[in-house]
Amino acid sequence: MSTKFKAAGRSKAIGMGAAMSLAAILAAPASAQTITAVMQSGLRVMDPVVSTAFITRDHGYMIYDTLLGVNEKFEIKPQMAEKWEVSEDKKTYTFTLRDGLKWHDGAPVTSEDAVASIKRWAQQDSTGQVLMTMVSDIAVADDKSFKVVLKEPTSLLLESLAKLSSRPAFIMPKRIAETPPSESIKEFIGSGPFRFVASEFKPGLKVVYEKNKDYVPRSEPASWTAGGKVVNVDRVQWIAMPDQMTPVNALLNGEIDFIQQVPFDLLPMLENNSDVNVEVLDKLGNWTYYRFNHLHPPFNNKLLRQAAMHAVGQDDVLKALVGNPKYSKTCPAVFGCDTPYANSYGQDIVIPSNIEKAKELLKEAKYDGTPVVILQPTDLAMVAAQPVVIASALRKAGFNVDLKTMDWQSVVTQQGNQKPASEGGWNIFSTYSTLATSGNPFGNTTVASNGKKAWAGWPDVPEIEKLRLEFARATDEAERKKITAHIQKLAINEGVVGPLGQFSVPAAYSKKLTGVLASPITVFWNIKKSDK
Amino acid sequence: MLAYIARRLLATIPVMVMVAVVVFAILRLTPGDPAAIIAGDDATAEQLEKIRQSMGLDMPIHLQLLQWISRLLQGDLGVSLLSGTPVLSMIGDRMGPSLALALGTIVVTVIIAIPLGVVAAWKRGKLLDRTIMTLSVLGFSVPVFVVGYLLIYYLSIQLGLFPVQGYRPLSEGFWPFAQRLVLPVLALSGVYVALIARITRSSIIEVMGEDFIRTARAKGATERIVLLRHALRNAAVPILTVIGIGIASLISGVVVTESVFNLPGLGRLVVEAVLARDYPVIQGLILLFSFVYILINLLVDVLYPVFDPRIRY
Repeated sequence: MSTKFKAAGRSKAIGMGAAMSLAAILAAPASAQTITAVMQSGLRVMDPVVSTAFITRDHGYMIYDTLLGVNEKFEIKPQMAEKWEVSEDKKTYTFTLRDGLKWHDGAPVTSEDAVASIKRWAQQDSTGQVLMTMVSDIAVADDKSFKVVLKEPTSLLLESLAKLSSRPAFIMPKRIAETPPSESIKEFIGSGPFRFVASEFKPGLKVVYEKNKDYVPRSEPASWTAGGKVVNVDRVQWIAMPDQMTPVNALLNGEIDFIQQVPFDLLPMLENNSDVNVEVLDKLGNWTYYRFNHLHPPFNNKLLRQAAMHAVGQDDVLKALVGNPKYSKTCPAVFGCDTPYANSYGQDIVIPSNIEKAKELLKEAKYDGTPVVILQPTDLAMVAAQPVVIASALRKAGFNVDLKTMDWQSVVTQQGNQKPASEGGWNIFSTYSTLATSGNPFGNTTVASNGKKAWAGWPDVPEIEKLRLEFARATDEAERKKITAHIQKLAINEGVVGPLGQFSVPAAYSKKLTGVLASPITVFWNIKKSDK
Repeated sequence: MLAYIARRLLATIPVMVMVAVVVFAILRLTPGDPAAIIAGDDATAEQLEKIRQSMGLDMPIHLQLLQWISRLLQGDLGVSLLSGTPVLSMIGDRMGPSLALALGTIVVTVIIAIPLGVVAAWKRGKLLDRTIMTLSVLGFSVPVFVVGYLLIYYLSIQLGLFPVQGYRPLSEGFWPFAQRLVLPVLALSGVYVALIARITRSSIIEVMGEDFIRTARAKGATERIVLLRHALRNAAVPILTVIGIGIASLISGVVVTESVFNLPGLGRLVVEAVLARDYPVIQGLILLFSFVYILINLLVDVLYPVFDPRIRY
């Protein structure tokens, strides 16, 4: 029985019968085989090579395909590729495309398309850039196969081509992939399980995908981005709703089928509803963290970075950010807990709030009261709470804190400023990433420590850089675990990044939908929709 | 009159030019980088620079301004930095919901507010007047989003009478179009009904003390005739002014209502464009809004003599 009827009561239901029937007809989706989903934001930038926005990545998975995929066991599997062969010296990989691959305009997918796409992607993607330093040649062998010749053996090639999250190595037609990576592509033709319906696209509002009837799914069961991408509906439409309450009301009223991320405070409205499933689909979830500016006082001083890390407690942050232990947990690992490179080093430093220890370190460092400028975005719920908690902990420890409020886009712009805080720079900012991106030393840009060339914060720890290269060269998993454990230790001790804990954001969907896959990427293949 | 309208229309040109230059300058001085927004927060400085070059944002500001104005003179508002969609087409897409919401709200407001204001003035100091004025204070004070959520909860979720959200153009049929406008129009009308009812009441009370009202009564006119024919018509100028301003602000700035009911209007587009630093879209919208304000003010001025023959141009 639906909430609507429960709440209205029998007498009201009878009295309102006619009107309700009429409204039900009018509120019903245009077709039973259309899934209407509200994603985390509106789609505006369409090029998944230019932008790292998650919505752009998700759009990429709808219309493009990847050569390789990853399944829930973190195994790399062929996707567009039928197979790959490795030479004896492990320096030459030959990839062969599977039969029946077609672009949405009907043309066949060739190895020339794959090579052009990989080259464009590698210019823009941080892992791709490292990979290309280890590649001596990428060459077309014939219409269906191409070779990648490496300067030295590395596992990074397969891992990069199977990369789950921004930026995945999507394969595009050669003429489109020849667009410079700094320019957005203008034509949106892929070979993926859905086709983009350009005529119905409203930037930031609505994007429509139709089933690609020419798509030949793999025969294996679907798992994450690997396996058979079988589409069971005619259309999927994503609608953007700026007010978080609106999609919840719309789902309760049967006007939409799926909400990608339900805000934690609105979960009680959906959790007890018999027509709705609430489920964490991205089991890996996200990790939140903060960055110190290593270039300027006070955090060019390692002792003061350590003082701050002792002062800030993960429980306090997670309470403010999530407020529900069901969806969050403490974790000291810079590559995430429940991932292949999980590590517990530093749990005594980053998990509890130890103000006394912080005060001791402040004294030892002879802190002179230099203000700590913390950037606080107020318009994005997932990053708004962390700076407030960090500021409070730092003040308790004795830091002189200046919390600067602004919108998220201003934070993004200001965080790139390498000048001192007094000249428009900063000392601390906080953000979050999906663990699908951050599970290794290359996907996780926060551990890059090559000084001013590193990501905002600009830590300079040559030993970490050495270890990252060793990781790229290592082909043995035990060796890689050893390397990542060492990176974890250095990252915490040097204050390269301050982990603040992990959290998952649940999705909610109508019980008319079945076959919704748990995956770090929201995918719409495998889903069936019933009429009732 | 025609010469007056022509003069006023000509006067819009320097105003629009000033608006264009000021908006362009303010946007370039505001912190924020569209390239960083497009590329994401982990882009390198080199990648950002290349994106800025591809969008022409690396050029000196005066050259960017000249380029924009020269395109503007050809009727080209440019393209969105993010999606590459022409600004004119984005505005066109969003115009329908905004106009429908603005006109619907004003019609409902005028139908309800003016009779309420007249009755309140007629029963000045009595229980009915106090009740109407108390309700109008309530209408002012309760935020639109609260009214919106209450309407959604009772009329959509509980009774299932209207959809919770969305917009359908009139071309898809009158009922699908109208049923999605009922709740936002009701939610938004509260404020405007309160405002216009109070203006109507105070204007009529002011006019009721004039000599010509005493003359009308002395000639034996009934109270209804005095109120509707003599008082209301003479009180129309301030009411018309407020309605005009109301229409202009409804077209440009009902972000909350558009968000709560998921109406893809111009208000939302402004907020989205500002947050994304999508300069061409913001510039296009501010120009449009300035033009709408100028046009509506002109229309209101032209209508004054219709209600008050003492006003001549």
